[in-house]
Amino acid sequence: MSATATPPPKKVNRIGLEVMGYKGAKSTLCAGCGHNSISERIVECFFEMGISPMRVAKLSGIGCSSKSPAYFLGLSHGFNAVHGRAAAVATGAMLANRNLLGLLVAGDGDTASIGLGQFMHLLRRNLPLIYIIEDNGVYGLTKGQFSATADIGSTLKTGVANDMPPIDCCLLGIEMGATLVARSFSGDKRQLQALLKAAIAHKGLSLIDVISPCVTFNDHLGSTKSYAYMKDHDHLLHEVSFVPAYEDISIEMAEGETRDVELHDGSKIRLKKLDRDYDPTEKLNAIRAIHESAKAREVVTGLLYINPKERNFVELLNLVGEPLATLLESRTRPPKEALAQIMEELR
Amino acid sequence: MSTSQVTAVPSGEAGPENRITNDFSIQVATVNGSGSQTANTVLMRSMFQMGIPVSAKNLFPSNIAGLPTWFTIRANRHGYIARKRETDIVVAMNPETARDDVLKLSAGAVVVYDEPLKLNDLRGDLHFYPVPFDKLVAPVCPEAKLRKLVRNMIYDGVLAQLLSIDLEQIRVALYKQFGARKAKAADLNWGAVQAGREFAERSLVKTDPYQVERMDGTAGKIIIEGNAAAALGCLFAGVTVVPWYPITPSSSLIDALIAYLKRFRIDKETGQATFAVVQAEDELAAIGMVIGAGWAGARACTATSGPGISLMAEFTGLAYWVETPAVIFDVQRVGPSTGLPTRTSQGDVLKNALLSHGDTRHPMYFPSCPEECYSMAIEAFDLAERFQCPVFVMLDLDLGMNNWMSDPFPYPTEPIHRGKVLTAEDLERLGGFARYKDIDGDGVGWRTLPGTDHPAAAYFARGSGHNEKAQYSEREDDYMNNIDRLARKFENMRGHVAAPEVSRNPKASVGIVYYGTSRSAAEESRDQLRREYALQTSCLRLKSYPFTKELKDFVDLHSRVYVIDQNRDAQMLALMRLELEPEQIARLRSVRYYGGLPLDARTVTEEIVRQEGL
Repeated sequence: MSATATPPPKKVNRIGLEVMGYKGAKSTLCAGCGHNSISERIVECFFEMGISPMRVAKLSGIGCSSKSPAYFLGLSHGFNAVHGRAAAVATGAMLANRNLLGLLVAGDGDTASIGLGQFMHLLRRNLPLIYIIEDNGVYGLTKGQFSATADIGSTLKTGVANDMPPIDCCLLGIEMGATLVARSFSGDKRQLQALLKAAIAHKGLSLIDVISPCVTFNDHLGSTKSYAYMKDHDHLLHEVSFVPAYEDISIEMAEGETRDVELHDGSKIRLKKLDRDYDPTEKLNAIRAIHESAKAREVVTGLLYINPKERNFVELLNLVGEPLATLLESRTRPPKEALAQIMEELR
Repeated sequence: MSTSQVTAVPSGEAGPENRITNDFSIQVATVNGSGSQTANTVLMRSMFQMGIPVSAKNLFPSNIAGLPTWFTIRANRHGYIARKRETDIVVAMNPETARDDVLKLSAGAVVVYDEPLKLNDLRGDLHFYPVPFDKLVAPVCPEAKLRKLVRNMIYDGVLAQLLSIDLEQIRVALYKQFGARKAKAADLNWGAVQAGREFAERSLVKTDPYQVERMDGTAGKIIIEGNAAAALGCLFAGVTVVPWYPITPSSSLIDALIAYLKRFRIDKETGQATFAVVQAEDELAAIGMVIGAGWAGARACTATSGPGISLMAEFTGLAYWVETPAVIFDVQRVGPSTGLPTRTSQGDVLKNALLSHGDTRHPMYFPSCPEECYSMAIEAFDLAERFQCPVFVMLDLDLGMNNWMSDPFPYPTEPIHRGKVLTAEDLERLGGFARYKDIDGDGVGWRTLPGTDHPAAAYFARGSGHNEKAQYSEREDDYMNNIDRLARKFENMRGHVAAPEVSRNPKASVGIVYYGTSRSAAEESRDQLRREYALQTSCLRLKSYPFTKELKDFVDLHSRVYVIDQNRDAQMLALMRLELEPEQIARLRSVRYYGGLPLDARTVTEEIVRQEGL
């Protein structure tokens, strides 16, 4: 007689799904690639927030970063677009179905070079979308050329130093109209999780620039996007945590130690003060923080800017509540009388 | 007092035997931005309202104000609506071009001109009618700064008198043009028409033979631009997402569509829209949005012209491989950037058929008139969703931006065809699906839309490297299986695109193939060839690509087949060469015109006559 062992109860989230339902295919990126950590954070956050993966549309451009959507949320539709132009595909998709939760993963090449125009206009529209830049300062898939986010003086493996000023995508985001702008580091699990969850809850364009070292082409001494450099130069703006609306937890905090930003669904981003108080609802604070840290050759990370109240693109267009994609013919084809009326006017 | 100054042509009124009724062309030469468009449209409409078949071509520069522009109106009792190469009546308002405009005329033509230009000294073989526009406009338009806009209406009054156009019809056309909201402006312009007519009656003696007479050639017809007609097609096709980027000559298609959508597709109670229009940052973004929307299940379209198509090339290829529906209106024009962006051409035929990289082919529709702009727009959306592919609707500037007579458009008889889309319920029943598997043997797989609430719904859309299950693959067999299926899908489209219109003359050994706006010139040319050269012809009008069986049959039945192209490189003929057999190709001849003006019949006739050695 053998004893039947009762398997331990499987851990499910609030919509009854296991974490397996949030995973993707096995990564084909290099071992140690920062992008793999970001994929893991995405799996955790969507699972923990109880977002149905069937609601999510994953989009990407071209490059190592853009391969990564295959490695998370396997139950979500994905679209690997052309280089730099996932922004346009995402815009079309989100207008076709406003109920989708859009997640775009792009590289620094996609965002700051070939797709810079589309990136700026995406920001301007405040499309409800999470835009993650997996920022490593190099073109990995074409074997290690500098990207437009590489810092002046940062060197390639060959010793060649970059002499062009970097494009700071967070500065663009703040200036051009993104309503949640954050910078993080793929090696900072807690911070990235909190920011991602905030982005999931935010109803406008969320831009998260994640420094994500390329272990093959840009992780050496002399690179300003290496693990070692980030460990030494990551300047935390604050400690970020996320309190979802469905978890009514109140934590006792000393007065003046924390700052809460409430999102439209009632969830809260909680910012714990470190070396100074920082108000992320002020654009000028964010711009100053970025410039100061660049001057100090540091990388400022945290929630740089948020405006939870701004109207997003779908609201601006005043679309009907149902997805445009599946409206019935009776809603999209005007009646016979309408055509007759138009014809009469043209006689 | 001025009177007409004529030397080599008979003076005094033309006798009844010499009169030319309902068969002439008028060319109005002005500078753009001078408000002449209203006067010209009113002139055309008034004859249309008298039942006379008319067509109008606006030959305008790429400029907002101050450069020469010509508006040609043709009235023809036989219903020929192609541009007439010869001008019978010129209205010379532009000092810069007046001399040239007059010197180009054939003997016996009519010149209505601004008196200070003193054009009557230039030639002795024309009918000259001087009109003191500035003197006439001053009393009817007290406000000096409006005079520039109003003075053009004077020639409508003069021509009404000279050609016997019913003044009441001018009044009706004018007030229709201005609409109820601009009644004051209409009154002002109506004053100018009357001043012109009264002057002509008082001071001009008619010596030329041209006149109009009421007939019933336009009963029930409408007047519309091809771009507006295509916009109506989109409206009644149930379009939902419209990303676009302005480019002449396609912008007015979207302008018209926006106006119609706002009128008919906004909920009156909630104010909410069943459509999204986005003015994109460039054509790359516009087509990207169309593809994203199509992937997510919307009916999406954009409109552009040749340079925009170039920018859309990469994304169009992706759409071919990912297999998303997309409708692209290409209102063709001449060439890139500066130069002739406001002149017409059929210059994108070959490019669009094969647009992008790798092995790609795309279907195209070739509307020849507004009614087809409308009906083919509706068909294009159905084809795009049925075959999950980009579809081009190939207008040109002549069709898109000029006013055309048309029969009223019929309401669609078929329901909207959304193609092969699996719902969550379907997936529950089937247990799953393979996105790119040819289940039905037609080369078209079943798709799911993002947001479908079923764990088996998702697939990953990507370029050429995927297997039937949409999984990433670089295997030789996966790639070839997929590309061969795409070829089968394209083959199957032949049974669904619009078949050509064939008119077979059993006595003819010469066939003529044409498409798009070459239609009216080709039809008229066939009559000229028969009447003037006793040459019998058959014709085939292509309505779409891929070609259908009718084309090969037609070539087989004729020993010489002339293919009319409005481009330098005989692009449609080149496309036919890719598919026809060598003995069929040997029968093809090319008739080409590429000067940027709407094609006229005489040009076609002369070229066929030359090649036939007649």
